Amino acid sequence: MPEISKQIAKPIPSITPDMREFYEGAKAGRLMVQKCDGCGALRFPAYEICAKCNSIKSKWVQVSGRGEVYSFNIMHQLYHPGFASEVPYAVVVVELEEGCKFVSNLLGLKPHQIKCGMPVEVVFEKLSEDVSLPKFRLRGAN
Amino acid sequence: MDLRAKCAIAGLGQTRMGKNFDHPGPIGFAAEAVNLALEDAGLKRTDLDGLLVNPGLTWGDNAMASFSLQQAMGLSNLRLTATMNLGGATAAAMIMHAAQSIAAGMAEVVACVFSDAPLRPPAPDKSKGSGSAAAYGFARGVNAAYGLFGVNAHYAFVAQRHMHLYGTTNEHLGAIAVAERQWANLNPEAQFHDTPMSMADYNASRWVVEPFHLYDCCLVSNGGLAVIVTSAERAKDLKRPPVYILGMGQGHPGGDPMETLVSGAPMAKKTAFKMANVTLDDVDFCEFYDCYTFTVLVTLEDYGYCKKGEGGAFVADGKIGPAGSLPVNTGGGQLSSFYMWGMTPVSEGIVQIRGDGGRRQVPKHEVGLVSGNGGILSTHSTLVLGSHP
Repeated sequence: MPEISKQIAKPIPSITPDMREFYEGAKAGRLMVQKCDGCGALRFPAYEICAKCNSIKSKWVQVSGRGEVYSFNIMHQLYHPGFASEVPYAVVVVELEEGCKFVSNLLGLKPHQIKCGMPVEVVFEKLSEDVSLPKFRLRGAN
Repeated sequence: MDLRAKCAIAGLGQTRMGKNFDHPGPIGFAAEAVNLALEDAGLKRTDLDGLLVNPGLTWGDNAMASFSLQQAMGLSNLRLTATMNLGGATAAAMIMHAAQSIAAGMAEVVACVFSDAPLRPPAPDKSKGSGSAAAYGFARGVNAAYGLFGVNAHYAFVAQRHMHLYGTTNEHLGAIAVAERQWANLNPEAQFHDTPMSMADYNASRWVVEPFHLYDCCLVSNGGLAVIVTSAERAKDLKRPPVYILGMGQGHPGGDPMETLVSGAPMAKKTAFKMANVTLDDVDFCEFYDCYTFTVLVTLEDYGYCKKGEGGAFVADGKIGPAGSLPVNTGGGQLSSFYMWGMTPVSEGIVQIRGDGGRRQVPKHEVGLVSGNGGILSTHSTLVLGSHP
């Protein structure tokens, strides 16, 4: 058996059937969330029932990708070796303009520069041929 | 049906806590705890007709944990059993289920138990260390791609939001950690009994996930903890003075705790305080669920000791410590004593009502308020315990 490399990559999410349209959108540079057919509420990640109206029907819709940092944390403990060179790193919760929350990373800022309320916009990071991941940067930044 | 003081806690059984390897798994700890609780009450195994089990994480996917424990202990002719899980709110919820069943005549002597065994003895063979990506099979979903792992990280989002909106600081959280450590230093059964901690020690402790230092997070413990619930009438004739269950309530608000920053305590309190016919002025001490320092801060707000957002200022002067005016988590809590989910606050409530607290005994101990909290401010249970009916 070959020696397993000490450098382990970050986890790449597997494309599950319920999230297929999200990943297809991300690959094409579109941020997609689920919209309830019953009441119009937006949600992410995919879920089979709307918590507001209990409808089981939904479709994927594109959202603006603009929002604000709602909350964040700074991960110091290493849970996965793919993040070994990055700890401490921040994980943010972005509240999109359309009202749906989205867990992600904020690019271009050091963890301690992040504050709640910062305006952000989506960018896409290509992890593989099939998987691109929506991340965020300060709005207006290039 | 008025359940005020209809039932009482008659027995408390607690194994050694922490790095205890007396049993290979959680069932052994549970059985030991139940037998200790029976002995404490002056009862025999054959007196039990009810068994409620809150399985800790190492029970795995044992869907019929209470039956496993029944078989392991050789208990026959139970009239009541259930495996219950609403996270940290379970212990008090089991006691409620027991009390309701006893009051309805469906059982008479019910053991409620939690156990877990996440710690392993140091392995002699270190060659089996993991390193392959396959060892991280948990990291499949989209959150993992962003590096979001574990409950600490999710709770941290909620705490950060509280800090943003209300100006809560790490010094506020630290005041809770230090107060609980001071209590633990008075409790010989606490895992941190021999280790004092100053605010400087708190600030110097490593970050786990900001805004949580190591000492904002609860301990990890092997052990088992059981209580015996019976009717108030029967409890009077048993070995130890009854700890009366004056009030019981639950509250599970649902929704996103990051948005509300409120636990289920306001709902649970309303039901429990009405049943007990008490107000906060009647409460002599509090045993609050404390998976994190932050949980205590929110719980103080939600029971009405201060307004929403003012929890930080409330605890800053050390008033919840041994030298303060409001005794909270008098055994050291899960932060500094031991981590038995909701059984940690329940057990300390019993110790204090009985007056068994030794150096940590609060002077007035007629009415105690006990809370359980599961998930991320998701589930909540309240018990009002009393020394008199």
